[in-house]
Amino acid sequence: MADLSTVFAGIRSPNPFWLASAPPTDKAYNVVRAFEAGWGGVVWKTLGEDPPIVNVSSRYGAISYNGVRVAGFNNIELITDRPLQVNLDEIRRVKREWPDRAVVVSLMVPCTEEAWKAILKPVEDTGCDGIELNFGCPHGMSERNMGAAVGQVPEYVEMVAAWCKQHSRMPVIVKLTPNITNILAPARAAKAGRADAVSLINTVTSITGVDLDRMSPEPVVDGQGTHGGYCGPAVKPIALHMVGDIARDMPGYPISGIGGIASWRDAAEFIALGAGTVQVCTAAMHHGFRIVEDMIDGLSNWMDAKGYRTLDDFRGAAVKNYVHWGDLNLNFKTLARIDQDLCIKCGLCHIACEDTSHQAIAARRVDGKRRYEVIDAECVGCNLCAHVCPVDGCISMVPQPSSLPRLVWGQHPNNPMRVREAAE
Amino acid sequence: MTLACATVSIATEGCRAVSDTADIAAARLPPEQVAANFADAHPPLTPHEALVEASRCYFCYDAPCMEACPTGIDIPGFIRKIATGNLRGSALTILEANIFGGSCARVCPTEILCEGACVRMAEEERPVRIGALQRRATDWLMEHEATPFARGAPTGRRVAVVGAGPAGLSCAHRLARHGHDVTVFEARPKPGGLNEYGIAAYKVPEDFAQREVAWLLAIGGIDIRHGQRLGRDFDLGTLRREYDAVFLGLGQAGVRALGVVGETLGGVRNAVDFIAELRQAHDKSAVSVGRRVVVIGGGNTAIDAATQSRRLGAEDVTIVYRRGPGEMSATHHEQEWAQTNGVRIRHHAAPHRLLAEGGHVSGIEFMRTKLDASGRAVPTGETFTLAADMVLKAVGQVFVADPLTADGSLLLATEDGRIAVDAQRRTSLPDVYAGGDCVAGVDLTVAAVQDGKIAAEAIHRQLMG
Repeated sequence: MADLSTVFAGIRSPNPFWLASAPPTDKAYNVVRAFEAGWGGVVWKTLGEDPPIVNVSSRYGAISYNGVRVAGFNNIELITDRPLQVNLDEIRRVKREWPDRAVVVSLMVPCTEEAWKAILKPVEDTGCDGIELNFGCPHGMSERNMGAAVGQVPEYVEMVAAWCKQHSRMPVIVKLTPNITNILAPARAAKAGRADAVSLINTVTSITGVDLDRMSPEPVVDGQGTHGGYCGPAVKPIALHMVGDIARDMPGYPISGIGGIASWRDAAEFIALGAGTVQVCTAAMHHGFRIVEDMIDGLSNWMDAKGYRTLDDFRGAAVKNYVHWGDLNLNFKTLARIDQDLCIKCGLCHIACEDTSHQAIAARRVDGKRRYEVIDAECVGCNLCAHVCPVDGCISMVPQPSSLPRLVWGQHPNNPMRVREAAE
Repeated sequence: MTLACATVSIATEGCRAVSDTADIAAARLPPEQVAANFADAHPPLTPHEALVEASRCYFCYDAPCMEACPTGIDIPGFIRKIATGNLRGSALTILEANIFGGSCARVCPTEILCEGACVRMAEEERPVRIGALQRRATDWLMEHEATPFARGAPTGRRVAVVGAGPAGLSCAHRLARHGHDVTVFEARPKPGGLNEYGIAAYKVPEDFAQREVAWLLAIGGIDIRHGQRLGRDFDLGTLRREYDAVFLGLGQAGVRALGVVGETLGGVRNAVDFIAELRQAHDKSAVSVGRRVVVIGGGNTAIDAATQSRRLGAEDVTIVYRRGPGEMSATHHEQEWAQTNGVRIRHHAAPHRLLAEGGHVSGIEFMRTKLDASGRAVPTGETFTLAADMVLKAVGQVFVADPLTADGSLLLATEDGRIAVDAQRRTSLPDVYAGGDCVAGVDLTVAAVQDGKIAAEAIHRQLMG
């Protein structure tokens, strides 16, 4: 059986599955239930200065897609609304009772050295394993110059990270907001501030929908709405991209992956793109803590099948293949192949290609029966038909043998820059 | 559910025996049990169920389901509109192609039409529940809108429609939309045809057939005259003189006989009469049924008669058919439905002789059959006997041409014993059209609706051309 134990920025946990700083980690009651279910660690919901903030009633919005609930999820909740000392006492107790699990504490205080210095000492005294700096929350706190308002300014990220490293011995994880142009700027700033790791992504600024009867953004609070933070399965591609960018740019720098992780397969993808641990929230809020059982089991079984003994055996294995567009081989050619025995004659491949792509799938009738056939000469290998086909394995994209050498844009005859280089 | 009602207990349970041996009685079950047995056999989808089911539709290009629908409803189109919450648009997509979309959603043998062609059959043998979704949309519209269709500007043209069944009313509605005045002549006291008289009660409960017709007639311009029978109260010649065009939706007025000795015995009935009596009975438990019932035939009429007998409380119900399960015109789904209701189906046997006691049927002797090379059932010489208190004949209905004769000769051409029509549903007479069960083709409500629709468009072109 594969070894799932993890050491992340010096923090140990029996598996890489942590609960993200969010409602599921707001209280000892929830966190203990999570540990009982098997979670490897938690990032305690963000602590702030007293007096505690006040939350609104009506806090979550969600996207249902074709009857599937919570395909995307959004919240307008703020940081913990409980007194600081209550949280600190519970953190101390939980860590003492669960010494093998990772207990990281998320923090957010005003952007002054005194404020950060003041909170670090009592937090460190709880015996927690580390802190995560919440520079990502896109609503409510950012208007008070905290959360994303800090995360969007690399200089602030570096400055606060440096304060935390200076005034505590705890490992410092900087949680990054995706609501920026290039994730590398705040990631590099975190490292420059001597933060031990980054975690990402925090939620994406969003409005989940508009109530067309009340004419208000959702979730509706007394007839009005505000933008919130988007998460859940819908944001996973955004998160993977940002994790991959950092892994490629800053090799070996610890990354805790967050964003739409709901299964062991999602986790494996993040780890393959360089994540050291993964953090989960929406999936747990949708299904409860017991989902971790399959995450542990599934990841372990997959690793056994692949011959990976530890997470390090495949961690970052996909990073080397995550390249810039200009490094892709332009002489590679793949063609759609339709398995006529599996085809159920829905015609979706034809109409997708005919209306919106390359007119490369012919709709024929043979002896009165529908038959869809790829026109090789027109097929550019775009994958659209394979994506819209509802039958697993019916349309495959088959790489074609080629005698042509690998050719990237930098050397392509159509590239004017190449021509100039040649002339020089 | 206890279906037993032994002879001894009849008096105490208020059953009525018609002879010492023949046990035919009403009220075999408590009234509330009978009411439950005749409630909606397939209740409507909830909004959430409909959304999930609609999401299963792939929105196929050149969708096979659409091709399989005799009225050519844009099925992927109407289902997508359910998925997006556009129920009005969904219903209009259906009703534009099939004004009887509500009853077709309930009575169509979808497993041999749209759902049988659904691409999910090829994928997982679990089609999208198109019929149930169609009901979701059409029910919604009927609940919310008196009539979405407007009568066309009056043309001054008058069309006579004979028969207020699905064919006739489909034709009448389409003609009204084009602005023609329509008079419908109907022999029965109620409109609806087989929707009202010929379909099992639990398929169209709560007076649905009448509500649908009333909703359809709300367009205006359609006058139905009841108690008017062709050949008795009026004739084709008069109609042709008084109207600009005529549509015949006569249905099949005749019932085939078994052709064996004893058919006039007490306890021997036509299944269609039994079904009609049940449909018209306000209190189903007042309808009499035998303790042991034998139904002869292999179509949906046999299924409906047998299943309803069971649901009335008959103890032992057997359908006997002369060929095998694959040759039955009742679909596999219908056969299973009967069997689930405790009906036994015996194949490869034909009635040979009805047995009697005191002028009442007491049983039937059957001759075992086998299929010959041409697929016909031929007797093997071997016999067996089934005891029966009641025998229901469901060996087919036939078109009766008598009302269309004058001086002993037919006024229009026939084909295979029914009225001959061309692709426009025009008969051999230039101003007379026909459709539904009185013309050759499949005997389905949905096909009748299409006949009426096509004929109305042809009549419109002819009148306005």
